[in-house]
Amino acid sequence: MSARADWIPVALVPALALVALPFIPSGATWLTLTVAGLAMGMMIFMMAAGLTLVFGLMDVLNFAHGIFISFGAYAAASVLTRMSARLQEASLASDLSAMAPAVLAAIGLAALLGLFFERVIIRPVYGEHLKQILVTMGGLIVFEQLILVVWGPGMIPLPRPGAISGSFIVGDAAIERYRVLAVVVGVVVFVAMWLLLNRTRIGLLVRAGVENPEMVESLGYRIRRLFVGVFVAGSGLAGLGGAMWAMYQEQVNAQIGMQVLVVIFIVVIIGGLGSVGGCFVGAMLVGLLANYTGYLAPKLALGSNILLMVLVLLWRPRGLYPVGRA
Amino acid sequence: MPEPMLALSGVNTRIAQYHILQGVDFEVPRGGLTMLLGRNGAGKTTCLRTIMGLWRASSGRVLCDRAEIQDLKTPDIARLGVAYVPENMGIFAGLTVRENVLLAARAGDPEAKRLDWIFGLFPALKQFWHGLAGNLSGGQKQMLAVARAIVEPRKLLLVDEPTKGLAPAIVGSMIEAFRELKRTETTILVVEQNFHFARSLGDTVAVMDSGRIVHTGAMAALAADAALQQRLLGLSLDSHQ
Repeated sequence: MSARADWIPVALVPALALVALPFIPSGATWLTLTVAGLAMGMMIFMMAAGLTLVFGLMDVLNFAHGIFISFGAYAAASVLTRMSARLQEASLASDLSAMAPAVLAAIGLAALLGLFFERVIIRPVYGEHLKQILVTMGGLIVFEQLILVVWGPGMIPLPRPGAISGSFIVGDAAIERYRVLAVVVGVVVFVAMWLLLNRTRIGLLVRAGVENPEMVESLGYRIRRLFVGVFVAGSGLAGLGGAMWAMYQEQVNAQIGMQVLVVIFIVVIIGGLGSVGGCFVGAMLVGLLANYTGYLAPKLALGSNILLMVLVLLWRPRGLYPVGRA
Repeated sequence: MPEPMLALSGVNTRIAQYHILQGVDFEVPRGGLTMLLGRNGAGKTTCLRTIMGLWRASSGRVLCDRAEIQDLKTPDIARLGVAYVPENMGIFAGLTVRENVLLAARAGDPEAKRLDWIFGLFPALKQFWHGLAGNLSGGQKQMLAVARAIVEPRKLLLVDEPTKGLAPAIVGSMIEAFRELKRTETTILVVEQNFHFARSLGDTVAVMDSGRIVHTGAMAALAADAALQQRLLGLSLDSHQ
């Protein structure tokens, strides 16, 4: 009766890649699509990880999560635009010296906005789902308009730094450097979150709080403080994801957060509300499937994620890794 | 007469439009085990949840070790040394048995001596120490819930129906564990429907009906008075041997 890990959902990721292999004409194309799918999945995971914890721990339906992504993207764009001279030097050191502050600005601004949302907009409506939907949707609209006021209505082009532009050539396959970077950053974020959740007392509290917040309070822990910390960290992570996504798209617009919000909700539901591991696996599946169907049957690409969600929920109605909530 | 560990006076609790506790008055003597009995829906669970701050008393006073706690938040009440075992046990199913216990030890990792004492009370917990708590049987989960509450010394232990749904053999183990607990300085308040369990362990008793305390006294006196049991609880002792 030891705590054995459930590897079946994890095995779905390589299984999906292997199932797609015979349908794709060349191995090089398959490799390119697979790396693209994993990179997309990693960025979706970064954007969705905070939302799943907020759902699970605080039982909050936060439809404004997309705004943290947008603010992260705009913060990164603002910093990179101001440092464009360094980006043109085409050296890794100068690129990193521009990207590091851009990413930090994205995380910081999104985290600050998250703190404001938790304190001012969400706190008065804890436990009231309908009001949560209304006020967070309202907040999303207001802050989207604020983006238009501050940054203007136009799309902002965001050229990638030279060091992460271009591709690696592996055999006949061209693998974009940026996608490899996205995979690496995503893995680092996932490992860091896993270690935090599974190897620290704070992580233990978060996992317990996702299951039964009332019991955590009964054990003497002030879970509201934990809520704030998780909300702010989740918002910062969404900001990081937004910055990565904007550099991937090479442009920013006010709807960037809203555009990925539906996919993020699908990933959170597929993974199981409150499950970071489920969110990770769900994001990988969504990223891979979107790329394979986009290549094989472009008309099906939009519906493929919804089909995946339906299939997963038919198999496991509470998601890939259900969190036992009291 | 020593100060009681817990004293409720004129406590009213409302949940939505329902007036559940209607002026509850009773005391829990220091160091003993008090049983809180009553029919289903009498307000026993609400009483424990009100003491723990999980539901707010709309009026009245709750004193724990002479401190007023009715306006404190649940974590602050817990930090005063009050432990709570809810009716549904409140086990974190996705955490291991070890993690469940460690979480309850706020001061850090529990002392080996304390853990050995707990393993002596509930040997099954040692066997499944690294297993998921969600995989335990009902009786083992109840053992874990109690173990979690006593992993550090507490002033007051509130336990809601510890024998609910348990097999008679497990109830026997639970009685033995509570006997051992009574030897410590912890004051215990137990809500219970199982009269055999209550009679075996209770020093004092309070009986609730319709949100009020209708009887207080020695458990032995109630156990010896079949007519009083019939009147207060609607049961005959013979049916609960």
